[in-house]
Parts: sequence; structure tokens; C-alpha cells
Amino acid sequence: MPDPLLTVRDFSVVYDVEPPVAAVKNVTLELQRGEILGLAGESGCGKTTLAYGIQRLLRAPAVITSGSVVFHDATEGDVDINALDAEQMRRFRWDKVSMVFQGAMNALNPVATIGSQLEDVFEIHRPQLSARQRRAEAAELLEIVKVGADRARSFPHELSGGMRQRVMIAMALALRPQLMVMDEPTTALDVLVQREILSQISQLRHEFGFSVIFITHDLPLLLEISDRIAIMRDGEIVELDTAERIWNAPQDDYTRTLLASFPRLTGEKGMVVR
Amino acid sequence: MTALEFSHVTKVYNVRGAGQIKALDDVTFTLRSGQTIGLVGQSGSGKSTIAKILTQLESPTEGRVLLDGVPVPRRGKGLRTYRQRLRMVFQDPFASLNPYHSIGYHIERPLRLHGVVPKAQQDAEVRRLLERVRLIPDAVIDRRPHELSGGQRQRVAIARALASRPSLLVADEPVSMLDVSIRLGVLNLLADLQREEGLGVLYITHDLATARHFSDEIIVLNQGRIVERGSADDVILRPQDPYTQELRAASPDPDKHFASASGTAGGTR
Repeated sequence: MPDPLLTVRDFSVVYDVEPPVAAVKNVTLELQRGEILGLAGESGCGKTTLAYGIQRLLRAPAVITSGSVVFHDATEGDVDINALDAEQMRRFRWDKVSMVFQGAMNALNPVATIGSQLEDVFEIHRPQLSARQRRAEAAELLEIVKVGADRARSFPHELSGGMRQRVMIAMALALRPQLMVMDEPTTALDVLVQREILSQISQLRHEFGFSVIFITHDLPLLLEISDRIAIMRDGEIVELDTAERIWNAPQDDYTRTLLASFPRLTGEKGMVVR
Repeated sequence: MTALEFSHVTKVYNVRGAGQIKALDDVTFTLRSGQTIGLVGQSGSGKSTIAKILTQLESPTEGRVLLDGVPVPRRGKGLRTYRQRLRMVFQDPFASLNPYHSIGYHIERPLRLHGVVPKAQQDAEVRRLLERVRLIPDAVIDRRPHELSGGQRQRVAIARALASRPSLLVADEPVSMLDVSIRLGVLNLLADLQREEGLGVLYITHDLATARHFSDEIIVLNQGRIVERGSADDVILRPQDPYTQELRAASPDPDKHFASASGTAGGTR
């Protein structure tokens, strides 16, 4: 039973340089509530531009040239993201849609404790909370992502890469958004830490019911974590289907090429194409 | 036939405030020309310490490194000969090339330092090496690193490593910084060169899937100790050690994921 959270229609982004670059071309997709949608493709295919564009996080020379993005808010009904003014947009971001950035190792402020950085979120978006409540919220978040409330006074450099990534997830989770956009959240981590973070994302999703747009070029990983996968090439979605069908019955030639460019851990060795 | 022996090597770092850290603990293996060894393990397992000791950037606390049975000299001409025979390809092709110099200069320098060919033949040799890594000499020789893509840069780094005609190559995560769609091309190139030139390659990675495909033998390192070694298929497909099993279970594996009926999204360990 479809219960869409986000409807993107005919969405296009152009980088207005000389000559102009059409980074996203007429993309249409519908994201379901509670769904993990994987966005895959090689560097420069437009996957990050698309994910940023639907939150209007792009800046010049990027221009949204067509299309609409409608957010089906659980409490306030439909929100046309393109129609929001600056103040509405500021309140919308983080509250409804939050972002886990690529290279989270470096996304934290090195001269502030992680506790204070978490509290900042509440100070801006939940001004009615007292300092004590903010501190309690930050502590709770650190417990949820299993960093531990006792690390609130640690500085980012005192944490491992995996822990910093968890702090980033805690920040994104702070206001209980309905959608989290994750841009290569585990790319710099080794496999064991990556696996822990993935299971945590998956578990939090079940607990809090948010949807995830998960961007990565690591297709084997995406196949495991996603409900559905969109394969992008040159700004277009060439194929969008359930992870299982992408794996078992890819329709597009490019999807097949992309799948074939990963050596398989346990399968036939002959899969490596030249 | 060249054989590099890493014999009972232990490396202890003195860390202020943390006392002594044993980065390597009695590690022994032999890398022979014509063979690829995959060295796998998570961050902090000691993989890069091995690379540093092999390239003489660090010296072992205990144990020895022997090239064809002779201890590797610490200085002088002997060290230079060693460095000519064992070359390194680094992880980050954006940092390992000098932005100030042309691609041609990067390849020519080792030729000159090691006196590989007479001066008159240097230009031709630079071109031959660039072709060897499937680059078009005229298209790249006068360019600077920033004008090249990541994959092209890593090919330049490989050509530079091959310039001194080494018999052994240490590749420390050579493709982890590259886009997936070109990773395989670079790995296939390394595999071709390995076969054609009879190189011994130490492939350091935490990616079990590529380690399996490109190595003859795999060594698994955990907290500075070798916990498992054997043929690539044995280690990855039939891991015996609990740590190897853990690594294997954590690696994305769509084959297994979709084969199990309970293959729900976000499957856990």
C-alpha cells in the first residue's frame, strides 16, 4: 500500500557555467514512508546534486530549471518545497529532512565538544527548551547511537572515525525527522565499523520510522541495505526497482555494467569483466 | 627469482601517555616475484606498518627483513639498490604526485636516479612506461597532476613505480580513493603487469572481494598478528579463524544476501 513521503516530479538541475551542464534531467520518483532508497551511480552522475536539490541545498551556479518536490508531512499535510520562503525553509530543514554528510570525520567542529554541537541543534530549532533539557536531549541521543552520554564532553579528535560518524547520525536524528539523506556515510570506514553503522541505521529506521535516501557508489553495500535502488547515469535515472530485482533481473545495460564492475566476495571469479 | 623475507618482525611504538603499543607481533611471510599476496585486516591491524617497514621508513624493533637472504641495508648504496628493486604505489593519487611537476618529470626522475637507461633513451623510456599503463603519452606527458582524473593519476603512480624496473611492488590500498567504475580497470592493469613482468605484489587492502580476486595467497592481520593465511579462495570462502569469519560476514555480499530467504533490507550480522 503506497504511502508516499516525498514526490519528485520532472526535476532538473543545470549548472549554469559555460557551457551549461545538465546535472539532473527530468527525474521523477516517489519515496515511500519508512523506505530506504539507494541512489547509485559513478562520480559525476548527478546523485549528490539530486539529493541536495530536493532539499534546496544547492547554491549558484546550480539552478533548478524544472520540476516540483512535494513533501507529504505526517502532521502538516503536503509541503511544496520549492514554494517555501527562506525562513520556512530554515525551519523545514533538519526538522523534517536531515542530512548526514560525506566525510563526517571532518564535518564536526574540531574546537567544540560533541555535546555542545548536539545542543546547538536544539538551541536553534527548539528555542523553548531550557539548557538542562537540551543537555538531556543531547545525552539521550548519544545513548541512542551507542556513543554513550559520558562522551558528551569529548572533542571530535578524541573519538574514532566510527564514533564520529555515529555522532553525525545522532545530530541528524535529533529532531526526529521523517527523512534522512545520507551521502556516502560509511565510505571512509573499514568493513567491521561499516557493518555496525549500517545495522544501527537499519535498527533506528525501524524504531523511529524515518525514510532514508542513501547515496553511495558501493553497489554491493547498497543492495544489502536498500528496499529500492535508483541507478543514475548522466543525470537520469536509468533504472528504479527493488534491490532484489536490480540484483536478479537488471533491465538496463548500464545497471548490468555497474554490477559487473564489482568482484564478488563468494560468487564465481569469472564475474570480473575487462 | 627474488624473495623478500619478513622474518619474525615485531614493531613496538612508544606512545606518550599510552605506553607501548605493539603494532606488529612476530610477523613472518615471504613475498616472491611472480606472486600476489593480499594483506587484509581492519584499520589499525598493522597493514601499513608492514608497508612502512618494507620501504624502510620504519625499522623493526625485533626481527629482520631479508632480500634474497641478505638483510636489507639501512643506508648507502645497498639501500638505494633495495629501493630500486622494491617500489611502492600509495593510496592517494592526489597526494602522491607533486602538483608542481609535469607527468613526464615524475616518470623521468626515477629513471635518472637509478640510471636505468642511458640519457639519450630517457624520453623514449618515459613514453614506453606511460603506454605500459595504457595512457597516451602525448596526451599526458606535459600535463600536471591536477589536469588528470584520479584513475589516470594512479596509472602515472604505477608507471613511476615501474620505472626503476623493480621485481617487487607494494600497493597500499591502491584503489580505495578511486571511483568504483574505474577501480577494476586499475586492478586489472596491476594484475596484467604483475603477470607480464613477473612482479611480486603485496596488495594491502581491507576489501576482501578484490583481495580474493587479485591475490594468490591471502594473509589476515589482526592487532599486529597473522591470524590466518592460505590460498585466496580458502581464506575467503572457508575462513577458519573467528576474526576472518567476522571480516567476511561484515563484507557486503549480495550473493549470500539474496540467497537467504530471510534477506530483509539492512540485514544484520
